[in-house]
Amino acid sequence: MAETEIKPTPERSDCKVVLIGGSTGSIEVLLDLLPTLRAPLSFAIIIVLHRKNTADSTLADLLSHKTSLPLKEVDDKDSITAGSIYLAPADYHLLIEQNATFSLDDSEKVNHSRPSIDVTFESAAEIYGPSLVGVLLSGANADGKDGLIAIKKAGGLAVVQQPETAQAAFMPQQAILNAPIDYVVTIPELIRFVNQLNSFND
Amino acid sequence: MIEEQEVDLLLTDILDIYGYDFTHYTRASLKRRINRLWTLDKFPSFAELRYRVRTDADYLKRFIEELTVNVTEMFRDPLFYKTLRTQVLPSLMAKPFIRIWHAGCSTGEEVFSMAIILKEANLLTKSLLYATDLNSEVLETARKGIFSLAPMKQYSENYILSGGTQDFSGYYTAHYGRVKFSEEFVQKMVFSTHNLVSDRSFNEFDLILCRNVLIYFDKALQERVLTLFDESLGPLSYLALGAKETLKFSTIQSRYRKIENEKLWQKLK
Repeated sequence: MAETEIKPTPERSDCKVVLIGGSTGSIEVLLDLLPTLRAPLSFAIIIVLHRKNTADSTLADLLSHKTSLPLKEVDDKDSITAGSIYLAPADYHLLIEQNATFSLDDSEKVNHSRPSIDVTFESAAEIYGPSLVGVLLSGANADGKDGLIAIKKAGGLAVVQQPETAQAAFMPQQAILNAPIDYVVTIPELIRFVNQLNSFND
Repeated sequence: MIEEQEVDLLLTDILDIYGYDFTHYTRASLKRRINRLWTLDKFPSFAELRYRVRTDADYLKRFIEELTVNVTEMFRDPLFYKTLRTQVLPSLMAKPFIRIWHAGCSTGEEVFSMAIILKEANLLTKSLLYATDLNSEVLETARKGIFSLAPMKQYSENYILSGGTQDFSGYYTAHYGRVKFSEEFVQKMVFSTHNLVSDRSFNEFDLILCRNVLIYFDKALQERVLTLFDESLGPLSYLALGAKETLKFSTIQSRYRKIENEKLWQKLK
């Protein structure tokens, strides 16, 4: 049974990466969340969104205008640094290597998607284990559910946007039905949660 | 799910028995591919997967084909092709002969895209396109110039975005869900196996395209391959990489100038 109440998270200082996955209706959530994040951030944020298969950087521009933190669309072999926000590029799967660098993969779509949220979540779970928080937002397909299961298996935290507050409820619903979720959150709760994870915040 | 040490065992086997070196491929992607194949081919255990790879040379062919990613399309990143049309091809006009290398060409969609823009620039007759890949199977497909009809609508849209003004469907004949591209293109192509991990440079080129291949290599192997390309490029010739690939980690970067916003570089004198 999922909990809606947000407890203080004692393990917050261990959080190295917050992964955020979403599809239809998730950009709006990010536009609310990003301006609330205060620098410095004690972890990295990696965002995987289903997006149109175009190589333009409009989305990265849109998101980076909403935050004072460095935000970049990932290039091959970029390294992952705490305090930065990374956006998965269109038309590639985003994977994470042992040495905390990204690698890209243009193999078959997964869940009709490239980037696929599952692919990044599963890859990150293997590398970061319990120091990982996975957040799944609004969306209209079932991508992300298997990724959250992998994160939980590796000892990380699974957070899902409350379906009633999501523009497209299907993705969070599928996750809640099939994966062991730690927290189901409204948008204000999500904002509070992510900021609580930041061990530089008091 | 395959363990890290099991990946090591498998890669050592493949190198020792067959001479293919995958040890400098990016681990995360490789593991995903192996897991996928493990599930797809229903091996009950790692030991059985390993035994099959060690003892069955035919299976190894399949294994390598599935391990490497062979996803490609025509006119992928149309604006890249537009830049080729406007910035690169005009500077090749004066050459008596044009040599182009598609390294890691997979099933050849990009080679045919290149041939089409060369034809439209009236350069095809004096061009030769060398298309190489590690897998002989994909080269067989490429050599035939036969592709599935289904994605042609998308390719046609890409073609138009790349600055194409002809009727794209005029370049092929459709038959039972497949299309065959005109022979005039295949005649200007040379297909050969070439392993970027272990093989050497084999010619000097005016343009090398290696798009979305380096993403599967670690930095050390990327450096080896970029050096190989550097040795295969004459002054003022061009190098093209995939949309998210970069020269920024490489020692060859200082000898190249980047062209516009595309992943396209010109070698300095």
